[in-house]
Order: sequence, then structure tokens, then C-alpha cells
Amino acid sequence: MEIGGILAYLVSLAIMAGIYAVFCLGLNIQWGYTGLFNIGIAGFFCIGAYASAMITTPKPTGLYAHYVHQIFGLNLPFVMGLLGAALICGIVAFLIGIPTLRLGEDYLAISTIGIAETFRLIFNNEHWLANGPRGLMGLPQPFQGLVDPKHYNYIYLIIIVIIVVIVYLSIERAIRSPWGRVLRAIREDELSAAMSGKDIFHFKMQSLVFGSMVMGIGGALYAHYTKAISPDVFTPLYGTFIIWVMLMAGGSGNNKGAVLGAYVIWFMWTGTTFMTNLLPYTLKARAPYIRFLLIMILLEIILIYRPRGLLGEEKKVSKLVD
Amino acid sequence: MAELFIYGIVLGSIISLGAIGLTLVYGIIRFANFAHGDFLTAGAYIALFMVTGVLSWIGIPDSNFGSLSFGWRMALAFPFSMLTVGCVAIVLDRVLYRKLRQKGSGAVIFAMSSLGAAFIIRMIIFILWGADSLFYRPGIMRPALELPLGIKIRPDQILILLLVVFLITLLHFFLQNTKMGKAMRATADNMELALISGIDTERIIIWTWGIGGALAAAGGILYGIDVQLHPHMGWNFLIPLFAATILGSIGNMYGALIGGLIIGVAQQVSTAFLLPTYKPAVAFIIMIVILLIRPQGIFGGRS
Repeated sequence: MEIGGILAYLVSLAIMAGIYAVFCLGLNIQWGYTGLFNIGIAGFFCIGAYASAMITTPKPTGLYAHYVHQIFGLNLPFVMGLLGAALICGIVAFLIGIPTLRLGEDYLAISTIGIAETFRLIFNNEHWLANGPRGLMGLPQPFQGLVDPKHYNYIYLIIIVIIVVIVYLSIERAIRSPWGRVLRAIREDELSAAMSGKDIFHFKMQSLVFGSMVMGIGGALYAHYTKAISPDVFTPLYGTFIIWVMLMAGGSGNNKGAVLGAYVIWFMWTGTTFMTNLLPYTLKARAPYIRFLLIMILLEIILIYRPRGLLGEEKKVSKLVD
Repeated sequence: MAELFIYGIVLGSIISLGAIGLTLVYGIIRFANFAHGDFLTAGAYIALFMVTGVLSWIGIPDSNFGSLSFGWRMALAFPFSMLTVGCVAIVLDRVLYRKLRQKGSGAVIFAMSSLGAAFIIRMIIFILWGADSLFYRPGIMRPALELPLGIKIRPDQILILLLVVFLITLLHFFLQNTKMGKAMRATADNMELALISGIDTERIIIWTWGIGGALAAAGGILYGIDVQLHPHMGWNFLIPLFAATILGSIGNMYGALIGGLIIGVAQQVSTAFLLPTYKPAVAFIIMIVILLIRPQGIFGGRS
């Protein structure tokens, strides 16, 4: 039992870290390769999760409909949920890019915060949309009947690993293409990229939309893992900043670093639970704040002393060169 | 409606205090300080610590001024908190941002560092005071004055307006008439020229943080007096603060004042049609509209 319990625990850790790895990869496109400062990841997290939830569940009927309000329910398979989440996040990213991407990077930052907060408010207050603060429950999981529900997490871990690999490879492929080189040129020096005849706005927009679509997939993966979502999950701390710390720790501009950072920080984060369990009873209720305080201090230290993170940026020119 | 408008002016004057600090930092030190909202929170809680802790312990009487909801304790805690948050802002600059400046980090690294600082401040407040809403004086009667047009206003709110006017007038004279104030305006206009004219920009930066932090603290305390204290109060102010700053053109103190009032009024008046929890979203929508039609703000200036 002991070994089995530990293994099951490690699997659940690996699943959550894998979901965060998807977010880190998405953020890496935007920040690591293009220098776009998106600090509203929680917004895309939230939209992706809700989109997939509503695509894969049926619309409540009969007595059930009195208790659960949901604007639509398509009852489609899991894969459609992932694609739908990516699509809707892409559309939202496009809309937010229009007013902000021609301006300085701070404008995108504050606008993405605004998007994240606004969507959280909408999902919290509009009961007809997705059941308000109680959220949606009973989301389907792919291949559910295949094994004993006790061991289902192993299957989900395999799904997560497959998706992380697909996302990883497609970003690697894209970033070694001429398109990827333009993104990095924009990040390094917008003016000279513009002088080389590149349409900065369009490339930034593509990067923002691509990254946000990946984040939408991350949100969907999260929703189907926990099977229940409510707006209070998508807070700036769990939804945005921990992902930033992961990417900065792993090494922005490096996809391996993005995945590594997600795993390292998530294991550290859960590791601190054991530490705060040792705290006196009166402080225990406030333990999450102490853990976040430590994570934020870690971020400041990384920013000052090791801004390149664990791995640093990999030199990538073209798929033909390396 | 007239009543909502007046409440909007009160809220707007508090937003203005924060936005003026934010716009000064933005204009002079050139970065978006995402910790500014949490300076408001810090100010409010430091005053709470003084009012309910230190000052009651040393025996300052707990009586109120007239029909206001506070007395000598708050009168002492208010400037103390402004001073403390000003120092906190300066210390953050010394510990974090100056190191980044020396390394020549990009603007976004500064912004991210300030986000980290924002959460550090907020987590410390959560650890010390917990997640509940708090009041400077719980369960107090709040007598309202009747004005013409059926407007009910509390004496506290009138005092808030007077205090904001006082602080902004003070800042105006500081910027217009003192050597440091002129140097600050010069740096905001053109950092390179200021350096060439022999202005010590590190000193300017320290003053800017001090003033920005102190004004934010004042805004936070006034909001605490008017409504309540909560560890997330500053975060909820962050979008209105940026909206006011952008609306009034970045770096323009008077623009931030007007921007703050507009955002405050819009937020309060919106509660006639929308749930009050949507207030940050209202500020966000206004900001997006401004970015679309006039990104340089109503007072022109740098784009």
C-alpha cells in the first residue's frame, strides 16, 4: 500500500506539473520568444477550462436544470473540448491584441490583467452562463471505462505527456522556422525588425494568439483532470504568477526550460506543504500565504541574480543548422 | 443618480491619489509599477496597526472628532502610515529595482519585479491580518448629512474630499516651487537632458518613490475609512489606477487627477445598472476604449 500510495501521489504531482508545463510552453511563445508581457494567463486558463467544460458536457435537462445553469452544452468528445478551448482563447487573444499590441508592452500587461479579472467576475456573477460561483461539475474524462477509476490517473498522465510532447515539438518546429526568427528579432530589437520590412503588429498578434491557444489547451486539460471547475480557481496567484515563476526559473526562451521549470517549481511548491505542516496550529490556516511569499521571494532572486533561469536560452537558428 | 455621482467623486478622489503616484513613477522612473495598488493596501493596514495597536497601547484617547468616525488615533496614524509606505517604496527600490537598473534590465523585468513585490506585500498582510474584511471602527453609527437633491453624504466623505484637495495642493506647490519639484518635472520631461544639467537622478528616484508611496498610503487609508479594509483592496484598485493614469496621459499629474475622478464617477454610476462587483471591469472597459481611440490619453503628451 505504502509504495502504491506514494506512486499515486507522484502521478498526481506529475499530472499537475504537466498541465503547468503546457501553460509554460504557451507563455514561452509569448514572452520567451517574442517578449510579450502577458500577466493575465489566469484569464486564458479560465476561458479554456470553461470552454472545454461546456463543449464536452450535455446541457442540463429536467430537474437538474433547476440547479445547474449552463448557456450551452454540446456533449462532444474530449478532443473537441481541447480544440474548442484553443479556438476560443485564440479569439479572445486576438481581440485583446487589437488595442494593445501597437502600444508599449505595459499596455498589453495591464490589459491581460483586466481580461483575467473581468472573466473571473463574469463567471462568478452571471449564473445563467456557467452556474456562477458554484461552477460546473462532472466533466467527462477520456478513456474513463478502460481501467479501474482508482488507477485512472495513469491514463491521464499518458494523455498529458502526449500533449506536452505535441505542443513542445510544434513550438520547436515553429521557432526554428523563418517565422520564429522574426519573433526573436522583434524581441531583441523591434525597430530593426520593422526596418527589415517585417510587420511587427502581425507577428506579435500571431505569437499572442498561438501562445494563448496553447494556454487554452492547458485550461481544458486542467478542467478534465479535476472534473469540477469554479471561478475561484483562476486567481492571479495560481493561474498566472506561479506560471511566470516556473518559466523564469526554467529559463525563458527555452522550451526544455519551460517544461523543467514547471516540474521543478511544482514539486517545490507541493514540497513546501510538508514544511508548513510543521507550523504551529494558529499559523497553519495562513500557510498558503507563507508558501506564496517564499515563491515570490524566489522570483525576485531569480530576476536579480539569474534572469536566464536554470537552462538559459538555447541558441536556435534554423532546423537546417542544428 | 446625483448621489452616485457624489460618491463617484469621493471614490475618484481616492483613485486620483493612487494614480498621481503611479503616473509620477511611470513618468520619471519609466516603469509600470504593478505594486502600486498594494501600496494602498499597505497604507491602510499600517494605519490599522497604529490605530488598534500601538496608539491604543500608549493611551491615546479613542474619542471621535465631532461627527467623524475617527479621532486623534487616526490623525496620528495617517501621517505615520504615509511616511512608512513612502519608506517601503524607497526600500523596494534600493533592494530590487536599483539592482535591476544597474544590470540594465529591460522594462518588462522591472514590471515583473514590481508584480513580485506586490504579492510579497499582499502575502505579508494576509499572514499578519488574515483574509477577512476589517474596519477601523467596527459597528459604528454612520450619520449621514442631507444635502439638496436628496443626496446623503457622511461627514467622513466630506473630510476625504477636503484631505485629497489638501494633499494635491501640497504636491502642486512642491512640484512648481521647490528645487526638487522642478528637478522632478525636468526628469519626467527628458531624463537625458536632466542628467546633463547635473540633476542627481538617483535622488529624484528616491523622492518619486517616497511621494508615490505616501500618496498611495493616504488613498488606502481613506478608502479604509470610507468602506473597509481587505488584503485584496489594492489589487481591485490596480486596474482603475492604470485606467486613470492612461486616461490622463502617462506622466501627467493633473491628467491623473482628472482621470481618477472620471473613473471613480463611472464606476459608481455603473452600479445603477450593473452589479457593484463589476466596478473593476468598468474601469477596464474605459481603459480599452481609450487605448483604441486615444492611446496617448486626453492630455496628449508622449504617446
